[in-house]
Amino acid sequence: MSKVIKVENLSKAYQLGNFGTGTISRDLERFWARLRGKEDPFLKIGETNDRTTKGESDIVWSLKDINFDIEQGDTVGIIGRNGAGKSTLLKVLSRVTSPTSGSVKLKGRVASLLEVGTGFHPELTGRENVYLNGAILGMRRAEIKRKFDEIVDFSGVERYIDTPVKRYSSGMYVRLAFAVAAHLESEILIVDEVLAVGDSEFQAKCLGKMGDVSVGEGRTVLFVSHNMGSIRQLCKNAILLNNGQLLTHASVDETLSLYLKSNIANGSLKDYKHQGPLANMITFEECAVNKIVNKEAVFAPSEELSVSIKYRCTTVVPKFRLSLNFYKDSLLLFTLHNKSWPAELKASEYQDEFTIPAYLLRPGNYTLGLGGHDGDPISDGREWIFINEAYSFAITNEWNELNDFSGKGLINIHPR
Amino acid sequence: MTDNSDHREWDMEITASSSLLDLKLRDVWQYRDLLYLLVRRDVVSFYKQTVLGPVWFFAQPIITIIFYSFIGNLAGISTGGVPRPLFYLAGTIIWNYFADCLTKTSTVFKDNSGLLGKVYFPRLIMPLSLIASNLIRFTVQLILFVILLVFYSFKSGHITLNIYALMFPILVLIIAAQGLGIGMLISSVTTKYRDLAFVVSFGVPLLVYTTTILFPLSEVYTKYPAYSWVVEYNPVTAIIEFFRYGFLGEGTNDWWLLAYSVAFTLVVAFAGIIVFNRVERNFVDTV
Repeated sequence: MSKVIKVENLSKAYQLGNFGTGTISRDLERFWARLRGKEDPFLKIGETNDRTTKGESDIVWSLKDINFDIEQGDTVGIIGRNGAGKSTLLKVLSRVTSPTSGSVKLKGRVASLLEVGTGFHPELTGRENVYLNGAILGMRRAEIKRKFDEIVDFSGVERYIDTPVKRYSSGMYVRLAFAVAAHLESEILIVDEVLAVGDSEFQAKCLGKMGDVSVGEGRTVLFVSHNMGSIRQLCKNAILLNNGQLLTHASVDETLSLYLKSNIANGSLKDYKHQGPLANMITFEECAVNKIVNKEAVFAPSEELSVSIKYRCTTVVPKFRLSLNFYKDSLLLFTLHNKSWPAELKASEYQDEFTIPAYLLRPGNYTLGLGGHDGDPISDGREWIFINEAYSFAITNEWNELNDFSGKGLINIHPR
Repeated sequence: MTDNSDHREWDMEITASSSLLDLKLRDVWQYRDLLYLLVRRDVVSFYKQTVLGPVWFFAQPIITIIFYSFIGNLAGISTGGVPRPLFYLAGTIIWNYFADCLTKTSTVFKDNSGLLGKVYFPRLIMPLSLIASNLIRFTVQLILFVILLVFYSFKSGHITLNIYALMFPILVLIIAAQGLGIGMLISSVTTKYRDLAFVVSFGVPLLVYTTTILFPLSEVYTKYPAYSWVVEYNPVTAIIEFFRYGFLGEGTNDWWLLAYSVAFTLVVAFAGIIVFNRVERNFVDTV
């Protein structure tokens, strides 16, 4: 396999704060330094980009000394926390902005999709916008003409194609916009989180199309997403960025597990809003699934899930039992309890485990609600505590005889 | 550690700096369909959801010359024997083209930051498309001018068209390059410092009075010889004068004035392109 992208010592600095008279004098100083062939005096004092701490200078390195190569036909996910430099990297790769230092070498045509529907004009019809958007993304008119029917077909908005797009629903708008982008013919495709919009059926269709693209046509795909499920489904390899630096470039499983383990701080429930009369007596401290506390965890359907909950009780609660709610798309699936009858809870630390069998949960996104009350199975509770979205995770798509896609419904049960 | 053979393999290299005069004209040529579609967008969206459609292109110059004729009559300003509407229209359409090119180009980065911040295409396409779509408006207004010219020729039985009219394409080219050059200079500066945008918004309408739209140059020479330099230094003056001379037989065919205008255009266009090229790489970060 040959390399199609080579990134060498890539760095990008941004200036923070407002532009005013202060920046003019500094611009002049920089210009003067450049004239004398000296280094830019203001880039030396830059520091790493950690948005949570207040830095000393107002220059920040959004990317710092990034090096990596990407082979032809590879699909690479780029992951990292907000502000890690993912979008900046994509912007530099797609030539929207240029690096402060370092270089990127590319082989073949690059198409980037940092946003769907870039340049759509509300007054123009769907048809006119397909042409305009296609041309903005780098297609020739003849090429768009050839693929026009295919694009309209993919979008499923045929009836509205001669209506101005300002009258489209937002879903139709996105469908049409993505349909154009999906038909780009380029060797390298760069995709930012554009799939966050659109309904789940269309998202699946887009992911499928992108998958086809990389496997079928030998295209290289770079993909940024916060949805670890789609990253895992789509990508072979992944790059992990943190504070503008590259931490790992390895297989997607390896990188994801490193990422999920790295952000331990995210797992703490102490800052969560505890609702209910018991809130000042009981504190939930940690919720982990298969020992992963990060709330962007992704599991395969074949994994048995072990949910472990740590909580602390500060005074004696006469009657209490823990409950754990499973939600899928805000729909309550089921509730689990730690005991069948409420019992006295002494002041102490507790840990409870719940096990969910493999293949029970169908692919999708789940959230867990955590709480407890003094009610037993035949009476309502009066004393209670609850926290929302204590945990969230995704189950990936994975075909298996135990996980047949043609089976429908919320959960997956097999008669024995 | 790349040897030369490896170097030739790559189709593109993105680095921190590029040469000042690298206009990426090959890229621009590749994106020529985009240029066409952007011009189409500008023209079509201008009269979408209107009943009269392209007729509105005529409205602005017609109303302007009606007002000018009224004021000109009132103030008794000479037009050198040319019928007032024809005289004013000649100046107005040239000036409008220049002013539209300048003001639209001067805000090109700001107006399109959403688009330019999300996708790469040769940035030069954007100002070029503005020049081209304004050219279409200009052409429509020119038709109005020709109709008026034919009408007055029949009325007076006197044909004013002469050999100088052949210079027309060159005059348009100069005026377009002027608008583009000044506009690109301003747009480049305003990506970081917005101050100049204010100067443009009140300055351009005022500049109307420093060129020969409302009065002939000869009138300035006779009445205010001491201040004639103000009008002469306006690079649009020479273009309007030569345009009127060719089509209406009135005006000053002063070659020095035209040479000044051409020199000004070259300097401005050259500087505009260099600065634009420099800014276009990073403006997304500051606009």
